[in-house]
Amino acid sequence: MIDLFGRLEWQELKLLEFFHDPSIDTAVASGAAWMTVVAAIAVIAWITWARRWAWLWNDWLTSVDHKKIGIMYMVIGFVMMARGVFEGVVMRAHQTTALDGGVLSNEHWAELFSTHGTVMIFFVAMPFITGFMNYLIPLQIGARDMAFPVLNQISLGLTATGAALTMISLVVGAFETGGWTAYPPFTGADFDPGPGPDYWVWAIALSGFGSMFSGLNFAVTIYKMRAPGMHFLRMPVFTWTALCTSILLVFALPPLTVACLMQALDRLAGFHFFTNDLGGNMMNYANLFWMFGHPEVYILVLPAYGIFSELTSMFAAKRLYGYTSLVIATMSISVISFCVWLHHFFTMGNSATINAAFGIATGIIAIPTGVKVYVWMATLWGGRIRFTAPMVYMTGFFILFVIGGLSGIILANPAINWQVHNTQFIVAHFHNVLLPGLIFGIFAGVHIWFPKAFGFRLDERAGKITAWLWIVGFCFTFLPLYFLGLMGYPRRSAAFDNPEFLPYMIVCMLGALMLMAAFAGLFVTLWVSIRKRDELAVPLGDPWDGRTLEWATSAPPPPWNFAMIPHIGERDAFAREKADGRPYVTPEYYEDVHLPPNTSAGLIAMVATTAFGFAMTWWIWWLAVASVLGFILWYVVHSFREHPEVTIPAVEVERHHAAWVEAATLNEGVTRDDETNSRNRGRAATDMVVAS
Amino acid sequence: MSDQQTNMHPGLNLGYVGGGKHEESKVFGFWVFLMSDLVTFGLVFAIFGTMRNATAGGPGAHEVTELRSIAIQTGLLLLSSFAFSWASLAMKYEAGRWRFLIWFSVAATSGLGFLIFELLDFHHLIEIGAVPQRSGYLSAFWSLVGLHGLHVAGGLLWIGVLTLQILKFGLTDTIKSRITRLGLYWHFLDIVWIGIFSLVFLAGVA
Repeated sequence: MIDLFGRLEWQELKLLEFFHDPSIDTAVASGAAWMTVVAAIAVIAWITWARRWAWLWNDWLTSVDHKKIGIMYMVIGFVMMARGVFEGVVMRAHQTTALDGGVLSNEHWAELFSTHGTVMIFFVAMPFITGFMNYLIPLQIGARDMAFPVLNQISLGLTATGAALTMISLVVGAFETGGWTAYPPFTGADFDPGPGPDYWVWAIALSGFGSMFSGLNFAVTIYKMRAPGMHFLRMPVFTWTALCTSILLVFALPPLTVACLMQALDRLAGFHFFTNDLGGNMMNYANLFWMFGHPEVYILVLPAYGIFSELTSMFAAKRLYGYTSLVIATMSISVISFCVWLHHFFTMGNSATINAAFGIATGIIAIPTGVKVYVWMATLWGGRIRFTAPMVYMTGFFILFVIGGLSGIILANPAINWQVHNTQFIVAHFHNVLLPGLIFGIFAGVHIWFPKAFGFRLDERAGKITAWLWIVGFCFTFLPLYFLGLMGYPRRSAAFDNPEFLPYMIVCMLGALMLMAAFAGLFVTLWVSIRKRDELAVPLGDPWDGRTLEWATSAPPPPWNFAMIPHIGERDAFAREKADGRPYVTPEYYEDVHLPPNTSAGLIAMVATTAFGFAMTWWIWWLAVASVLGFILWYVVHSFREHPEVTIPAVEVERHHAAWVEAATLNEGVTRDDETNSRNRGRAATDMVVAS
Repeated sequence: MSDQQTNMHPGLNLGYVGGGKHEESKVFGFWVFLMSDLVTFGLVFAIFGTMRNATAGGPGAHEVTELRSIAIQTGLLLLSSFAFSWASLAMKYEAGRWRFLIWFSVAATSGLGFLIFELLDFHHLIEIGAVPQRSGYLSAFWSLVGLHGLHVAGGLLWIGVLTLQILKFGLTDTIKSRITRLGLYWHFLDIVWIGIFSLVFLAGVA
């Protein structure tokens, strides 16, 4: 019996904790566990009640369509974000009581900030950017799918594995308590025998493989599958940022994988990589982790820069100012991002010379980022700007992100860094760049491309209110932390003894409530929009007078994206077609389209790796071996089978395309004055400036 | 552009027009994967470099290096790569599947020989107490050499599966593309081994 379940025992079940030992602390822990279980049961029950299993299986889970995989990434991101936001609010609530104490136990507090960081970086931010890249890359470069559609699905499965293990840790056992960076030796076997750090190691290592393969897939897709005539300097800016992010993923994920697996060997097999004794050296972990960790910052933010670039030129109705500088800036950031990692531990015993070198490199990376800010400003300059919901996010981003970036310049100086390191100043800084930089970009992007994916726009009014809530909520929650940091409040501390901190914490708590309202606002927006979907429908596919290829398809696009692979003559191809008055052309002839067949590879990878991660966490060795062997065996058998492509006959392609072109031609188009009302059916009456 | 120009791997010798582009993407993708794998090996090398003196009073480079066995392993692995090249040439010049399979099996046998000698070495290390739990140096040593060994074992499994597929399907275009990728992988492991041979063993006892 003991062998069958490893070290897993009944009392590890968090659901019952409250009943054994009732307190606020256990109520939060058990409550979260119950919420996870009840939500899972509710979803399963709803699918069963609505008879949606076949639909879910055939149209989504086994689909290799990059558009659907992209949407599934976004769903994972939003589900995990619900957890992350909730944890943030619980932490802020705790901090209002934390003067000389606090309602949560120290252990529980540490678990909260560790899971919050892990979830937000790996299972919110990463799925969001991967989702966008999945959806947009093939459409923007004029391709029908990814270079490796099945691998793409397996990447999704591995990301889901990481998310699943993190969610399981909420119900069974505990998560690790050493922050999202999980520095040993604190997370080593001597100080924390488990299961928390084990959950972390396997969630991160397994989803890390998925991210690496995503990067590989995107890079090969962009290098090899561009439509004829789409030279590198004709690619849309988002695709450029996606290419840089993909390159970073391929190079930056291995350090994380190596760090995780060495940590696993230390913990499970008694190796001495990062232990205190017998020659272990935790600095190796710090270096490995941040060799991943710093490029990771740019992995996340570059696609958001791409979204902001697309949206400024879209909503200013101008060609992007300084395209080439923006491309060079993006590439520079990618390269320099590998030369700055040490600034995450200036205080951990490096010589002054080394600190100075990395400090200077960190200062330098601000230059290409500054170039981008000027590019966006110059694009907006003299444009006829429409103040839609994405522009609200853009405004918030502009002001707040510059503040966050400047606080980064301050931190780049090792002498100042020594003063504020490990204080709330740092917490303020990275939330200040990640929330306005990445999350605002993602939400702005959702507003822009949601109509492309689902065929109707999101409600502008609800969207704008939500955007303002995010901006104001952010200011209340995180800007006070700069002052708290300068006053000397250490980050990650469960309690404080200086009564002067308390008013700031209360302001932060109010801000956190606003952010929770803002998060709810996203779903309100969705709900309102679904109810008004007939009014908001834009089936013709170009609601914002877009410039790039993805707008030259119906909304939603057919599974084959393009009836004929387009030939590209210049940058902003669709904008040129519209300016010349010849969009929506009918090709001379149609051909059969070949698409990859559905497969359950991703799901099998997910089930096998989740079982493996869970087994390694709880020392259930038979299950670990069985899951690895099972997966290898399945893969070998899979490689013997033929996988005939699905053929879409030319008549079907023609029927779909001709119907769309006819509808678009019959529609007289909508000017930008009516862009946000029900006259917008997705045909833009363009008067954009194609040349700048 | 004709398909001839876009086909960057003429060694594939694919027999039809049109599908070559996708096979080309697959080979290119595999290069990218190897690049990422090389970063992984590079990092483990770096960690080994920082830990080469972290013996904590336990066995060091002189105790764990058995140059005779290492020389045999190096010879076997080089022979394996050499045989694989001949197999690739047999595929390129369409010398028939049997000639291909003969070279293929030479490559596999010497690869297996390498692995056996490596396992014997590991067995010896356990006997003299040079286990990875003993010191940071030995942890890094076992991980680096073991990571390479694990890659070789994976490659052998791949060779086995491909052999069965060749017997079942013949040298079809799909199989040829797989062989090309396996070849890249196999030669890559040789290069990594040269690194291990020089930096771990030779430099260790020099």
